[in-house]
Amino acid sequence: MSFRDDHELHKRRFGRNLGLGIVLAGFVAVIFGLTVVKITEGNIAEAIAGSTANDS
Amino acid sequence: MTDIGAPLKTEQDEAQFKDFVELLKPRVMRLVVFTALVGLLAAPNTLHPLVAFVAILSIAVGGGAAGALNMWWDADIDAVMRRTQNRPIPAGKTTADEAKILGFALSGFSVMLLGLATNWFAAGFLAFTIFFYVVIYTMWLKRVTPQNIVIGGAAGAFPPMVGWAASTGSVSLESILLFSLIFLWTPPHFWALALFTRSDYDNASVPMLTVTHGRKSTRKHILVYTVLLAAFALAMMFTNIAGPAFIATALVLNALFLKGAWAIYNRNEEQSDADSFAAERKFFKLSLLYLFAHFGAVLIDVALIRFGVWGSL
Repeated sequence: MSFRDDHELHKRRFGRNLGLGIVLAGFVAVIFGLTVVKITEGNIAEAIAGSTANDS
Repeated sequence: MTDIGAPLKTEQDEAQFKDFVELLKPRVMRLVVFTALVGLLAAPNTLHPLVAFVAILSIAVGGGAAGALNMWWDADIDAVMRRTQNRPIPAGKTTADEAKILGFALSGFSVMLLGLATNWFAAGFLAFTIFFYVVIYTMWLKRVTPQNIVIGGAAGAFPPMVGWAASTGSVSLESILLFSLIFLWTPPHFWALALFTRSDYDNASVPMLTVTHGRKSTRKHILVYTVLLAAFALAMMFTNIAGPAFIATALVLNALFLKGAWAIYNRNEEQSDADSFAAERKFFKLSLLYLFAHFGAVLIDVALIRFGVWGSL
């Protein structure tokens, strides 16, 4: 089995796609980090109490 | 979108990643990042470093989005002016529609990210800044009044206030002082540029002061605004935001800036032509140093306070 050659368009846009891929990976890392910070800095007990109060 | 039927492009014709970065005006973004960072760090609150990073990133992306929307709207002007002819749209690298989509998408993204990372007051402030730059300055003032730079300059002056708001969730006298410094600095900075870019604004029919009131009047305006700016910067020395670094910087740079403005005022077109606008170019470069140094000095003073060397926040 052989892979097909890349279409000319893929070669032409390689730099652009690579750049976008790096930006998206960075975005995922930022959101993950932000989530960790928000959870560890926030008062979890208060958040749970708030959500229970909303449920009732 | 499909490329079927479209003429074959080479790698040189294809918009590369750097062309999309160029749409975000990275040089302007540096100023936005720096001034917003100073606003954020000078505020009395302390944010987690990652939250502070995300806040600055959001403000930078918001500033970039405003830049892309400016390039979309002003593509016709940019194509005529020598200084802007190589921007991605007039150079044929990207289309105006791509700039518009990128600008709108990043505007929404940056405002949401700042709101989620810090607070919604700061996010609203960032949204207002983008609106002010794109709608009030780019779409309206720039093409109708020679005061475009004066009022529109507010858009470039908001970032330290947004940075401050990201940290504190509010506006304070100190953040208004930082805003005012950039606001008063913008007119002499851009009018000096307009003097030595010469016929650019004429060709593009942008009512710059040089076009509507003449070059002699522009020189006078530069001097008047520089005097106002210097008076304001020196008055800032007596506020809470100024420490030893700011006082030293303000004394030296305002003296140099006034000297430069005085030199520009006393020159005529023949003298400027003879040395290719040397004094005007020097003043423009000095104006960049002026702003970076004043904000850098605020940062140094904040560091002195945080390390207990000088005063308190």
